[in-house]
Amino acid sequence: MPVPSSRSERGAAPASAPILEVRDMHVRLGGSHILQGIDFTVPPRGVTALLGRNGVGKTTTLRAILGIVPHRGMISFDGASLDDEATYRIIRRGIGYVPEDRDVFGSLTVAENLCLAERRGVPPRYELAFEVFPDLRDRRRQLAGTLSGGQQQMLSIARALLNPARLLLIDEPSKGLSPRLVSEMVAALARIAKDTTVLLVEQNLAAVRRLADHALAIADGRIAHAGPAPALLGNASLTRQLLGVSSRTGAGA
Amino acid sequence: MSTIALLAITGVGLGGLYFLVAAGLALIFGLMRVLNFAHGTFLLLGGYCAWLAGAQLAGGAASVSNLQFVAMLGVALAAGAAIGALTELVLIRPLYRREVAQVLVTVGLALVVGALVIGIWGADPRTLPAPEWMHRTTRVLGAHVPNSRFVLIGAALLVLAGLQLFLRRTRYGLIVRAGVENRTMVSAMGVDVRRAFTLVFALGGAMAGLGGALAGVYFGAVSPGLGTTLLIDALIVVVIGGLGSITGAALAALAVGLLQQFANYYISGIGDLAIVSLLALVLLIRPRGMLGSPT
Repeated sequence: MPVPSSRSERGAAPASAPILEVRDMHVRLGGSHILQGIDFTVPPRGVTALLGRNGVGKTTTLRAILGIVPHRGMISFDGASLDDEATYRIIRRGIGYVPEDRDVFGSLTVAENLCLAERRGVPPRYELAFEVFPDLRDRRRQLAGTLSGGQQQMLSIARALLNPARLLLIDEPSKGLSPRLVSEMVAALARIAKDTTVLLVEQNLAAVRRLADHALAIADGRIAHAGPAPALLGNASLTRQLLGVSSRTGAGA
Repeated sequence: MSTIALLAITGVGLGGLYFLVAAGLALIFGLMRVLNFAHGTFLLLGGYCAWLAGAQLAGGAASVSNLQFVAMLGVALAAGAAIGALTELVLIRPLYRREVAQVLVTVGLALVVGALVIGIWGADPRTLPAPEWMHRTTRVLGAHVPNSRFVLIGAALLVLAGLQLFLRRTRYGLIVRAGVENRTMVSAMGVDVRRAFTLVFALGGAMAGLGGALAGVYFGAVSPGLGTTLLIDALIVVVIGGLGSITGAALAALAVGLLQQFANYYISGIGDLAIVSLLALVLLIRPRGMLGSPT
């Protein structure tokens, strides 16, 4: 599967209306004011990377969008408010979610993990899932808990692909994977991003550089930078300041 | 030999009764993280509904036909399912994500229903009519075993098989198994897990209701204290088996039933102490129970 070396080569062109809009979102967890009024938008096409140092609230942002953690503020998806919606309803509106630690159901088989994602009246896209991750086809009867980390990540993404989604929230897909698997994962995500808008949380800057059109950086509970990905990743001092790493070293903090 | 056979079969029968009550508790806790103290209420109402149905069907006689007995069990099952579903919809659902409040409301419900039962039907035990053959015994290895023990064993095996079929072969079973592992992620896959909550409460209630009717057969009568007594035993079974595990509950129920019978026979009155000691031992050696998940 050929993968462009840089997203800028694909000539991403954001349309006018954002697919996701977050305004003045606050999240308090366990007495900590983690998100202190963040504002951002996700353009209707391409990959938007949500970046920041460890513990800055990237995962919390995704979980707040999905209603998994309580929040204050306004979130709209495709022009409609997501506030006070149950998580399953938000997902059914056309958002797919790939969590940080894969969260596959270890006591269920690969086939059962995928079956769980099926919805009444929506034809499941098994062909697409197995086209992107052919390895899963042969492992349908295997317990998900016995898969390797990379295979679990594939399964986690395949579950999100099973239903047509207009936005995929993907949280650290390269976490804990070997460099070879990261490369395969990036290729798969690039294939997925051709058809689906992605909001990607990722620490591996080499992967971000290959995938992202736009970049958002969180610092001190707020959005500290928003703009084209090359503008952030090409600026060594900004990268060091916001992400705590050199843009040339690749791996994130 | 005959004594051992009698103790073993009676112990397995009692284990079957414990399993009927504990299975629902295990499912509810596994999926919803709610320790349902109202579970004894489902059992109590199931037992009393079976008694009411039996009194109507028998017309004052001590025995009913097989068909009438099945109808009594059906009434107990339906009553348990209805009160279970109603409890989830009316009391538990508004307190979603407030597990402590959910536990407290189940305690309150148990107290209120217990008082209501005494207020309406009095504190005296009520004899449950059963088919004639259930009052007789069957000779096994020289022991005369009451037939009601075999009914309990059969019912528990049927329920265990039915539960396994439900969990392995149906979509809701899949949702429950996944939800026991990570219910947040089930919701994050677009599944309305709250429907599964109601279903699990209804299922648990149905099994407890059936357990209430069969407890009436085992003990010969239903009484207001029935729910509390069996709930404590069932809680012990669930903790020993591993919170959330049906197979664990079945194995633990068997172990507790057998231990209680043998301990009571060899050292009179020590049965309850023996099972509490077993509980303490399991918690010391394996805090998550026999088949409980590590988290």
